Amino acid sequence: MSTLSLPLPLARRGRRPLPGFGLSLGLGLAWLSVVVLLPLAALAIRAAGLGMDGWLRAIQDPRVQASLKLSFSASLVAALVASLAGALVAWVIVRYRFPGRRLLDALVDLPFALPTAVAGIALTAIYSANGWVGRWLEPMGIKIAYTPIGIVIALIFIGLPFAVRTVQPVLEALGHEQEEAAASLGASRLTTLRRVVLPELLPALLTGFSLAFARALGEYGSVIFIAGNLPYKTEIAPLLITIRLEEYDYAGAIAIAALLLAASFVCLLAINAIPSLFAHERKGARRDA
Amino acid sequence: MKTHLRNVLLGLTLALAAGAASAKDVELLNVSYDPTREFYADVNQRFAAQWKQQSGETLNIRASHGGSGKQARAVIDGLEADVVTLALAADIDAIATNGKLLPTDWQKRLPHNSSPYTSTIVFLVRKGNPKQIRDWGDLVKPGVAVITPNPKTSGGARWNYLAAWAWASQEYRDGDKVVDFLTRLFKNVPVLDTGARGATTTFVERGIGDVLLAWENEALLTLSDADTRAKYEIVVPSLSIKAEPPVAWVDKNIDRHGTRKQAEAYLQFLYSPEGQRLAAKHGYRPSEPDKVPAAELARFPQVKQVTIDTAFGGWKKAQAEHFADGGFFDKIYRPR
Repeated sequence: MSTLSLPLPLARRGRRPLPGFGLSLGLGLAWLSVVVLLPLAALAIRAAGLGMDGWLRAIQDPRVQASLKLSFSASLVAALVASLAGALVAWVIVRYRFPGRRLLDALVDLPFALPTAVAGIALTAIYSANGWVGRWLEPMGIKIAYTPIGIVIALIFIGLPFAVRTVQPVLEALGHEQEEAAASLGASRLTTLRRVVLPELLPALLTGFSLAFARALGEYGSVIFIAGNLPYKTEIAPLLITIRLEEYDYAGAIAIAALLLAASFVCLLAINAIPSLFAHERKGARRDA
Repeated sequence: MKTHLRNVLLGLTLALAAGAASAKDVELLNVSYDPTREFYADVNQRFAAQWKQQSGETLNIRASHGGSGKQARAVIDGLEADVVTLALAADIDAIATNGKLLPTDWQKRLPHNSSPYTSTIVFLVRKGNPKQIRDWGDLVKPGVAVITPNPKTSGGARWNYLAAWAWASQEYRDGDKVVDFLTRLFKNVPVLDTGARGATTTFVERGIGDVLLAWENEALLTLSDADTRAKYEIVVPSLSIKAEPPVAWVDKNIDRHGTRKQAEAYLQFLYSPEGQRLAAKHGYRPSEPDKVPAAELARFPQVKQVTIDTAFGGWKKAQAEHFADGGFFDKIYRPR
């Protein structure tokens, strides 16, 4: 946090480490265009070429519907679990000192770095009928690999770092003082959590949730190994995009891709709206007091 | 001093000669599908050596492997393949029609439908064949789990599916019953992997399923290891399909690269006695078996095979009827 305030005196003196606003913005936008905006624009333009009719027809195909339903629901569940588990992990890392804490901290980022296919193969090896975990669960009638549960697990795996890394800095900045104050005023643990900790964490939690959800929607590599990929049952939308491409049905692929992209974009917009929403509320609350 | 100068000059000349030689180095890119990795590693080495001897030219042959359909799409989208050696004619057809990189009658340019080697679909079962799987009919029995990849994403899986279809057509001679058979067969498939290697992993490593529908060359490769030979065995069904993985040079690319001569010779080499023997060595059935010593063919059992042309009217028709959006494969999975 303190590093952010450093450039300010420099700025006031008119000496900035980067060239002027115009050039910086220009270069930044150019980069963004090449890497992000151009491919997305190409997708949007091709999707627009489909027309509303063509798009609706492609989306309304029952198999596409089934895969979308699966992708959205599995992503939703996974993002929920990931944000709760992620908050817990962040809490442990920030609030406690124990041997191996830094290792745990580093481990959290691993899903970012690991090729997702590797993760998928590893998860499948663990959860399939003769895997480490699967061999204990299968006799109890619990099937994980090749079912929607397996899909959710893979999506939790890739979503977890988002949840941890969004909550962690807020927790660090929060400090214990407010909780101690609440406790000294006689608040129970639950009340402290509900009235003091949660409101502070909520924006970060929601951000983590949205990021994990958006990521899960588009996830392909880790899921296809554990999903089973049976049409109407365990076929995720990104796989159906690949299948449409395999059929040289570019229009069909783009229709599904555009829908997933739009959903992710709405999610990310929501993320950006969240902090201002809460800032407003808190200001209001302060005025009331 | 004089000798010193001479050495320098000699060195320079040598360096120049080397430079000229390296300038004559020619690169050839073979875009192939997954299970041919080992085969083409062998072929590339032998052909480059032979070419060097014939023309003095150093050939640097690179190979790219991946799912057949994905590879075809990469070539259409601009991967500069000099030759393509894919799992099925439909994929090269797609390069011809969608990419316009070679003429649509490409398959007539080389012998045997441009397939220098063929394979067939066999069953890989667990040692001792505990579920008594002898033929296609056994695959639809309740309690038999069949492992095959998704025909939508895997070229090999399309051969599997068509082999099953060919057997059922001969058995039932009634369209509805054939579709019903395939439906029951795919009901017994617990996992649809996206590619042939993935399906092999599911069956061999994860221990899922009772029978793997496999390319014969993949099955032979799996059994080439003594460890796996103790755990699995091959069952040859009463009827299978002649899987013809075709090869073609990509005219637009070789003309731009100036590699037509090399690319054509490379594919012709596959038909030579040496190329045919290499194919047999790697588990592919040589298209011209008389060029290969009989002893090296002993591993290929006699199988009654239908061909894609006689049983399905060629790949274009089979692709449209079975695997395109709304085709028979989609019908099989439609919930009722």
